Amino acid sequence: MRNLVRFILNNHFTIIFILFEIVALTLVFQYNNYQNAIAFNLTRNISGYVDSRILSFRQYLELGAANKALLRENTMLRNSLLSSYKLKIPAVSDVEFDEAWMQQYNFIPARVIGNSVNKQKNFISLDRGLVHGVKPDMAVISGEGVVGVVTGVSDNFSTVIPLLNIDMRISSKLKNTGYFGSLHWGGGDTEIAVLSDIPHHVTLHRGDTIVTSGFSAIFPEGIMVGTIEDFEIYGGNFYNIDVKLSTDFRNLNYVYIIENILRDELLELERASGYD
Amino acid sequence: MIKVLPRNILRIIMLVFFQVFILNNIQFSGFVNPYFYVLFILLLPFETPKWLLLTLGFVLGLSIDLFSNTPGLHASATVFMAFLRPLVLDYFAPRDGYESGTFPRVYYYGFVWFFQYSSILILAHHFFLFYIEVFRLDDFFLTFWRVVLSSIFTIFLVVISQYFIYRK
Repeated sequence: MRNLVRFILNNHFTIIFILFEIVALTLVFQYNNYQNAIAFNLTRNISGYVDSRILSFRQYLELGAANKALLRENTMLRNSLLSSYKLKIPAVSDVEFDEAWMQQYNFIPARVIGNSVNKQKNFISLDRGLVHGVKPDMAVISGEGVVGVVTGVSDNFSTVIPLLNIDMRISSKLKNTGYFGSLHWGGGDTEIAVLSDIPHHVTLHRGDTIVTSGFSAIFPEGIMVGTIEDFEIYGGNFYNIDVKLSTDFRNLNYVYIIENILRDELLELERASGYD
Repeated sequence: MIKVLPRNILRIIMLVFFQVFILNNIQFSGFVNPYFYVLFILLLPFETPKWLLLTLGFVLGLSIDLFSNTPGLHASATVFMAFLRPLVLDYFAPRDGYESGTFPRVYYYGFVWFFQYSSILILAHHFFLFYIEVFRLDDFFLTFWRVVLSSIFTIFLVVISQYFIYRK
């Protein structure tokens, strides 16, 4: 017993070191899995408040650019409004259109209050939470293209796993031919992501547009992802395509959270069919 | 000795704030991330008890983690660095040992001594941090580059700070 005590006293430095490392590494691996981002909610509320203070100042400096981007987007939206169109065939005008449509997607505007691009597992924080109707697994887009997926939600804030996170995959497709594959970020350049699983017989061109496929029931179909920067055949049968992302993650101010109202119904059906 | 305590408390607060509010927001091409906060561990007095050294490393790392969504990551790297500090200090000790009343600074032990001492500890810290963050061996050399470039930047900041802020 005396020997044990003496051993501990003699080696207390190493023992304390090992204990601290165990605690720290447990923390790392506990929260490594990105689904566990939800467990951050407690600290989210505190650091979310601090982040929002810092960022409100930074955003003030970037107001000019943000205004321009919003103006561009507004113009595009106004152009696609029904009131900007005139019916070509007068006979159809009598039909009541409204009855035939139902809403599938609901947009919640949000402001980015925390953002990083310099890690392998980046995160974004938004100033909208449960009280604003945000739930996990909602899609997040900016005016320019896809941003990520909501994972953690507290009362007033939420965290987003952006595309710039090596754990993130988004089902995407070629806009012109419709072939789909899985898009992920390789961890290097913040402007380039890799689209894989496109079969080698498809004809590709530099500059072709990549959009979301809508298969995951998270993103609506056809949201802009980026354009083809470069491609090569990988492993014989599939392309590895470098996609230049349309979203500038370094300068992200305002985003939209998208709620898919029919998502639960679809997931329920898929589960019932054993689709998983 | 009494003055040491408030000075170090002030220093830890300022370094955490500087790291979280300024350095974490500056992103040089997503490749170079200086972690200047390790300066705190470098500048602790020679007489700091070893257990306190590790505890301070853990607390410092954890407070950085709190603000950068990486629980445990910085804590583990900083504890590792604190563990190495006594070994590195022993290795670089002058023949008569360290005089009491002095601190590990350029002012007392010269540029070369400080540069070697801080470079080894900063490299160790950055290696541990970046490889634990990636936690796989693909892109080994990409991570290696990030470690080297970021370390150079941190060492640069740490050495410069000796001449501007901590002149004595």
